[in-house]
Amino acid sequence: MTLLEFARGPALQASALIMIAGMAWRMAGILLLRRRPQYAASRHSLARRMGGGASLILSRFIPRRTFWPRIAVGVMLSAVFHLGLALVFFGGAPHILLVHQATGLIWPNLPKGLIVMASGLTLAAMIALIVRRRLHPVLRLLSTADDYVSWLLVFLPVLTGILLSGEAIGDYGSLLTLHILSVEALMIWLPFGKLMHSVLVFAGRWTMGVTFARKGAAT
Amino acid sequence: MPEDHRMPDHTETLGAALVRHGIGRRDLLRFALAMTASLALPPGIAPVMAENLARAKRRSVIWLSIQDCTGCLEALLQSSSPTLESIIFDFISLDYQETLMAAAGSTADRMLWDAVAANKGEYLLAIDGSIPVKDGGVYALTGGRSTVGIVEALAADAKAVLAIGTCAAYGGIPKAYPNPTGAVGVEDLISGTPIVNIPGCPPMPDVLSGILVYFISFGRLPALDERKRPLAYYGTTIHDRCYRRSFYDRGQFAQSFDDDGARQGWCLFELGCKGPITHNACASLKWGGGTSFPIESGHGCLGCAEPNFWDAGSFYTSLAGGSPTGWQNASMAAAVGLAGGAAAALLARDKADPDPEETPP
Repeated sequence: MTLLEFARGPALQASALIMIAGMAWRMAGILLLRRRPQYAASRHSLARRMGGGASLILSRFIPRRTFWPRIAVGVMLSAVFHLGLALVFFGGAPHILLVHQATGLIWPNLPKGLIVMASGLTLAAMIALIVRRRLHPVLRLLSTADDYVSWLLVFLPVLTGILLSGEAIGDYGSLLTLHILSVEALMIWLPFGKLMHSVLVFAGRWTMGVTFARKGAAT
Repeated sequence: MPEDHRMPDHTETLGAALVRHGIGRRDLLRFALAMTASLALPPGIAPVMAENLARAKRRSVIWLSIQDCTGCLEALLQSSSPTLESIIFDFISLDYQETLMAAAGSTADRMLWDAVAANKGEYLLAIDGSIPVKDGGVYALTGGRSTVGIVEALAADAKAVLAIGTCAAYGGIPKAYPNPTGAVGVEDLISGTPIVNIPGCPPMPDVLSGILVYFISFGRLPALDERKRPLAYYGTTIHDRCYRRSFYDRGQFAQSFDDDGARQGWCLFELGCKGPITHNACASLKWGGGTSFPIESGHGCLGCAEPNFWDAGSFYTSLAGGSPTGWQNASMAAAVGLAGGAAAALLARDKADPDPEETPP
């Protein structure tokens, strides 16, 4: 069995199962969190509370004007990184194919040139973000190993992916192997670190929005 | 005696043979120029190659077919046409080839060892088919002798060994799981003698003629890669030279063999084409005298020139696709995760101090 066969076969299966089990583990933990009892009456109806949840999901995409001068660079870099990553993952033909084979879901892919461009922007934004994290005293203080491991495990698939698309160094088979293995490392880590926000972000915002609406706070 | 080339003169030079066939120096130079291009050599070498070829004498080739399907030999024979290449093939002295030779039994065996004795250290040993080494090599015997011993003995006195086809190079289909005969490629058995792997199922005839021309011209083997394949022919992948590459780059993939994309010649990557990981010259030299190659005929590359291609998953599974875990395994993993997560959460709850905010005021 070659390394590519290993990566496409047992390693892919194992990493997918670990990711699924890990996500289920995290979800169970979250669902069984001890909830504070609500003694005060809700300020709004159920419909308004649900609306508050939806509203917060959207409003958190737009930074507060008060903080904008201080956070503009970080927000824009993060936006480029997240949008680029989404474009690459959901628009790249081989990625869609993998999802299609695993789930049966399929959608049209984007041209490879666009994907390569998005990968390049994502890579540049990620490098800028990690430099900023190291240079910014508060960010550096707040950063844990989780942040750096998560960054690295996202960076590697993007890097190997862009090398694979251009076949710049090494042959296609070796680059494909590295790319698949790096994605598998990401899949294994995903449920156990901060990367889990990719799954929980909207549910978290929605829960917070409902709580805010219940208390009469702005969402 | 209708044709004198049927009884070759071992002292005759290639130049004299070409003159006898009515082929002049200009044609030989043109052929040498084409060969330098094929071998990725500088064009300035062509006159030297032509000169060396004209002076060259017949070189003895001993060809063993072991665990083979005769497809390699068939491909090489069917490709022959009255061209200079065929004369080059004529110009090797094929002293032993069981499928082609008229002699049989002890006569053939004697011819083999006579050829070895007469050309010790100078003959080329060509092998097609894998070598079964399991159980003392009993699965391929010639004259009651294991071919393992024969290959080892012949390789020891050969100038170089040509492993022709994927079976000889890497074990090929006989080596496919469960490999009942313990099939191996030549390089797994032989050390100490230079080996050239010419993989492919079958290999391209032009590649063999290119290697022979290079060897006859310069007396040494061409540059090889880490898998002992001639770089000139195996330095790039099918994908690198594929005329459908632009569709790959644009993200235009046929979804089935008869959809609109397939009719418009879109890339066959999603239909399982192994071109991106297969090193061979099919896309540049093509088959049938430069007529076509599998992808041009509408089918993806099977990756037949790569090791273990038979066991590398379905021919129709894309390289990007892996082996899905299956819903049953995924459900099981989710159930295990949920149970573990719930147990951990409940244990953590029990161990934690009661939340003061939970106590009613």
